[in-house]
Amino acid sequence: MSASVAESPLASCHQAAGAKIIPFAGWNLPVQFSGLIQEHRATRQAAGLFDISHMGQIRAQGPGVLACLEGLLANDPAKLTDGEGHYSFLPNDHGGVIDDLFLYRIGPEDFFLVVNASRHQEVLDLLKKKEGPQVRFTGFPGSAVGMALQGPKAATILAKLMPTGTALPERNRILRAKLEGGEAWVARTGYTGEDGFEIFSDLKTGPKVWTRLLEVGKADGLLPCGLGSRDSLRLEAGLPLNGQDLSYDITPVEAGLGFFVDVSRPRSFPGRSTLETQKKNGPPRLTIGLVGEAGQAPPRHGYPVFHAGKKIGEVSSGLPSPTLGYGIALALVTAPAPALGQPVEIEVRGRRVPAKISKRKFLQNR
Amino acid sequence: MNTPEDLRYAKTHEWIRMEKDRATVGITDHAQTELNDVVFVDLPKPGKKVNAGDVIATVESVKAASDIYAPVGGEVTEANATLSTDPGLINREPYANGWLFRLKPSSTSTDHLLSASQYAGTLKK
Repeated sequence: MSASVAESPLASCHQAAGAKIIPFAGWNLPVQFSGLIQEHRATRQAAGLFDISHMGQIRAQGPGVLACLEGLLANDPAKLTDGEGHYSFLPNDHGGVIDDLFLYRIGPEDFFLVVNASRHQEVLDLLKKKEGPQVRFTGFPGSAVGMALQGPKAATILAKLMPTGTALPERNRILRAKLEGGEAWVARTGYTGEDGFEIFSDLKTGPKVWTRLLEVGKADGLLPCGLGSRDSLRLEAGLPLNGQDLSYDITPVEAGLGFFVDVSRPRSFPGRSTLETQKKNGPPRLTIGLVGEAGQAPPRHGYPVFHAGKKIGEVSSGLPSPTLGYGIALALVTAPAPALGQPVEIEVRGRRVPAKISKRKFLQNR
Repeated sequence: MNTPEDLRYAKTHEWIRMEKDRATVGITDHAQTELNDVVFVDLPKPGKKVNAGDVIATVESVKAASDIYAPVGGEVTEANATLSTDPGLINREPYANGWLFRLKPSSTSTDHLLSASQYAGTLKK
């Protein structure tokens, strides 16, 4: 890995908007524009626009591509129809997670993967080893634009830029659309728990789309949003972050995401036997939701969790929820986990703070 | 960025107002801007004894928890109780009602701390 830091193709837009920039997974990216809480609320109540140009965009093509992906991914790519996407994992041999990703089927011999910035090179290297006359993988590190338009007003706002007669994609679907003079992929997916879209385009079109969306969405309350609110929004929705809630040592089943591991198909994939056993008999560890109380120190990554005086695990992700006004956390604990509603304690700077076991989806109706 | 002349500053972005045998400590305008909206504060209890440079409090935004260091040694005499119900005071009035705690300093020397212009100079890098 090189030590250099990549600039987002939208960097000049962010600079003009007065964003605060931080290094993240080898990229300089906005952590906030107007303020984390304000951006968080805008996304829940109206809409937020996020720069996701750092996310790895990988195209997988060729007559052998489906069979190749079937042998690598935990969710079954054969289930997808043209224009459809789903959440999946690239597991290692132990069932741990190299990366969690979104896989779209463009056509029978054409797939599109969106992977985490921190794993982009590793995933691409791994896929390249599987290349042959029947399958090829193309990555676009640093030369593609990605943005996420999220929130209850997202559809209204994006519709203003869509060509006449082109409908917006349905949930989890992707389509090619002409936006601001260029071609872009528009998917109805996201990482906030809200309705919304992820738009993938090229260096020339992307900045225009970003700028135009902010213009046409302004009256609806659209705000540009940074990595700070992206993290608080995803955690409220109970969505995992690789490197914290998932890792080489944490399986999708342990993370509570066994639904996206398909063991009903004949084909093998890395870690399959471990994942199959964990789905059948239960994993040795479980990811639970924790809610704190208003006015108490919020939970953070790495804080120990206790039940009935005994340490049962650690917080994998935690923060004070802007929507709920108290701390929320995902925690990886030894199975069997205490039941919903049971009291636990989180150790914060040497003190024990009360919390309760909750569902991992902290916001209702999302 | 606002850095009042009558205060002394630590490189770690705390300010201190020295009066006779009472020192009031808070975080700077720069620090509150960097932290963004403060949503929780952990303050020391009166009677706690600290050395200069000890972690003495924690200020949290949604994104992160930040340690606050004691600019001078001494004994804590008072914590700003208003912050438990209105931590946003730190953002709105960092040098006034957003103060964090007071202590009885073990020495009135602040030679190891920065003047307003020296502190402002550290922010320009």
